[in-house]
Amino acid sequence: MADPRIIVVGAGPAGVRAAECLVEAGLRPIVIDEASFSGGQIYRRQPRNFTRSYESLYGFDAAKARALHGAFDGLKDAVDYRPDTLAWNIAGNVLHTVSDGVARAIEFDAAILATGATDRLAPIKGWTLPGSYSLGGSQIALKAQACGIGARVVFMGTGPLLYLVAYQYAKAGVEVAAVLDTSPLSAQAKAMADLVVRPDFLARGLYFRAQLMARRVTVRNGITPIEVIGQSSVEGVRYRTADGREHRIECDAVAMGFHLRSETQLADLAGCPFVFDEATGQWRPEKDGDGRTGRPGIYVAGDGAKVLGADAAETAGRLAALAAMKDLGRSVEEAEMDRLRGKMRRFDRFRRGLATAFPWPAGLVRQVEDDVIVCRCEVITAGQIRETACAKGAPEMNRTKALSRVGMGRCQGRFCGSAAAEILAEVRGRDLSEVGRLRGQAPVKPLSVSTIVEKAE
Amino acid sequence: MRTADVIIVGGGIMGASAAFFLRQRGKSVILLERDLVGQKASGTNFGNVRRQGRYLHQLPLANRARAIWGALPELIGEDCEFIASGHLRVCYTREQADRLEAYARDARDYGLDLEMISANALRDRFPYIGREAIAGSYGPQDGHANPRLTAPAFGRAAARAGALVEENAEVLHIEKVGEDFRVEVRDRGIFRAPVVLITAGAWGGKLSAAFGEPVPISVHGPQMAVTEPLPYRIAPTIGVSTPHVHETVYFRQVTRGNIVYGGSTRGPASNETNRASVLPENTLGQMEQMRRVMPGLAAVNIIRVWSGVESYMADDLPVMGPSGKVPGLYYAFGFCGAGFQIGPGVGDVMAELIATGATSTPIEPYHIRRFAAQG
Amino acid sequence: MQTARFKRVSEQDRNPIRLLIDGQVVKALDGDSLLVAVLTSGPVLRQSEFGDGSRAGFCLMGACQDCWMWTADGQRIRACTTPAREGMSVLTQPPSEALWPIPA
Repeated sequence: MADPRIIVVGAGPAGVRAAECLVEAGLRPIVIDEASFSGGQIYRRQPRNFTRSYESLYGFDAAKARALHGAFDGLKDAVDYRPDTLAWNIAGNVLHTVSDGVARAIEFDAAILATGATDRLAPIKGWTLPGSYSLGGSQIALKAQACGIGARVVFMGTGPLLYLVAYQYAKAGVEVAAVLDTSPLSAQAKAMADLVVRPDFLARGLYFRAQLMARRVTVRNGITPIEVIGQSSVEGVRYRTADGREHRIECDAVAMGFHLRSETQLADLAGCPFVFDEATGQWRPEKDGDGRTGRPGIYVAGDGAKVLGADAAETAGRLAALAAMKDLGRSVEEAEMDRLRGKMRRFDRFRRGLATAFPWPAGLVRQVEDDVIVCRCEVITAGQIRETACAKGAPEMNRTKALSRVGMGRCQGRFCGSAAAEILAEVRGRDLSEVGRLRGQAPVKPLSVSTIVEKAE
Repeated sequence: MRTADVIIVGGGIMGASAAFFLRQRGKSVILLERDLVGQKASGTNFGNVRRQGRYLHQLPLANRARAIWGALPELIGEDCEFIASGHLRVCYTREQADRLEAYARDARDYGLDLEMISANALRDRFPYIGREAIAGSYGPQDGHANPRLTAPAFGRAAARAGALVEENAEVLHIEKVGEDFRVEVRDRGIFRAPVVLITAGAWGGKLSAAFGEPVPISVHGPQMAVTEPLPYRIAPTIGVSTPHVHETVYFRQVTRGNIVYGGSTRGPASNETNRASVLPENTLGQMEQMRRVMPGLAAVNIIRVWSGVESYMADDLPVMGPSGKVPGLYYAFGFCGAGFQIGPGVGDVMAELIATGATSTPIEPYHIRRFAAQG
Repeated sequence: MQTARFKRVSEQDRNPIRLLIDGQVVKALDGDSLLVAVLTSGPVLRQSEFGDGSRAGFCLMGACQDCWMWTADGQRIRACTTPAREGMSVLTQPPSEALWPIPA
């Protein structure tokens, strides 16, 4: 009997460790990745002609980045690696990819979806102005391109990444105008019991904060964003502090993010059942502790399955690979699976802590003014969503999309879906889970009409 | 309200517009929709408002519908993005050009004026059309509209006019008891009316079969796609006229800029799961055909595909008219992927038929009794 | 002279390359993404299709799709995931009627 064909989608921490585990078992997985180099977004590599050291690029995580890159580079001959390749659709047990304008259909026995995450965004007046970037985007500019998104940058939102990226900017010599966190400090104190399971991570957060303070950067907690100001470009930010006072700060760029959201399109197209995650108010593919979804043969791992961070993703990737092999009738070490499950439980507790410390600002989103653009692609405002929900009778997300176009644009609701659901739930007086989620529609990302077909493998 | 003059089962464009026009004729109406109005085939089709290419016997109905499309703002308070921006059919062979010409000649008798366009004129007027196209036939008064908006707009207008529009109301059972139909709805109980109109699309066959009138119905899903927004520069709806199914693609640009296209193949659909899908290979095969009819489209991206559950009859004609067996029972379903344009006309005709016992628009070819012999 | 949006902080010893943005020659560096090449010489990438002004990208990781530019020959190109190359010619404005729809 031929070896089973296992496809790993994504070459970040989860995908690399999944592939490594499969190779150790004597298999030759196919690894599909949109990027040109392995590493994912967190350990994204700079172009070949850049010269900065691992330490300068990844700081405290330099050793982990080096290890992950090294691990995958060591697999080069043992995996069928397809970089610069988009998995644009999945149907039955066939993954559909496109690379350099050529579409390929690849049958599989198991697919491990390690598709990662992007920033979770909340709409703020003016957030479509040039000079506004996602927090992750601002980090990519620095890490992968040695650029700051502006000369004087405000970091606004919440989550551990907020402090990390602000610190990285300051260290690189870009002026950090302010770090504005919507979460109150009290929330972080409340989360301490869960956060202490990873004291290293906790200590780092405090370090970044202290470093920013030492550089006399304004750091504010419990703020309410009011507006990104500007005519044709970002000129500043208006916000309110917890004491009710309004402030205005000049800047030419703003980086914003409210923790992360999973990239779940492929799992959705594969027909995996989804569950509503109460802690974060997001939908994600239902999975067991090992990464099995409700669809046989489809596994999910890493931040694309559940946002637990890079370390957890490495563990989850390995665990999903073992689960896939076990389900295909190969013998795996149960003891190792048990050990990995134990680690995952610890990461999950830490995740709960993060959700408490840096909560998604549902209340702010629900109060967003009618003229604020929620859907960046289609330029649909909060008012249009409310009007559709009420006057046109849209009780759930897909109906709201059909009648208002929210989430109908190029990004397929990646950056407006969370907020639109909050606004809809508020105005319809329903629970967030009741308004549902935007159904996935192929292609996962825009697909050129010039695409030609290669015959099935 | 549990009783009315008419109960309509199925809130697609046929049912929603019938509800509206019945109210205009003074009938009390209950519209029962299992999900949300206009969510299935009515909301997922291409959005073609074309008469050109329809069976000649359907043109009177299409003309009646076309008049309604033009009057939507006055009738229901919104235009559903209908624009009469023209409809162009192009073909790749001389034989097909002859067929287009013959159709144009015949259609004139039904009040549909079509202009034949030569290869050279195609280049001048529609320079983006592929060079394989050797002739075209242009209907200036046809165009396109937004299917996502249309049936819901009729549903809201019907409700404003006094119809009871019940969404998430799944009909479990219909039976005639004495003079009235007794319609049982999941979690809502019993509704009664002396007249029932079945406008349940792909689900219509099950309901007609329950009244002893089975029909040969099958379900398929259209394979639709839409591009990113582009500068708005393509006015007409354009389709390829060909006897070869895989070549039959069609496209239109909405004023916001996206180009919507479909055709070439149909996909799987189910009236059990209520789902239809776009097969990845169909998406890719369709692109090949799109590049023939509009080569420049290769420069842009599609951003979304979709499908819906459509019903097709074995003879490619809808079921429309009174029941052949049960007095008070009427049908309008099975529109074979070509119901959107005629939809408002179907609603208007069914309302006239129910309210007056006759209709000025011929619909005899669509009577359900044509399947009775096969029963 | 338009102001650059992005500021280079290091890695500036790379080979220079030249691109055309709206027909104007600009300098960039080998290894730049198209997005960075454009935004280190000017403030924007494109116009929103729906009349709310200019856009300059957002997520920089190929997810938000807010950085699709037009090339000078009427093709689409996603600036954040496309490496800048010598001689590339892109537009920050929608294409003229001569360019789109592309004549067959």
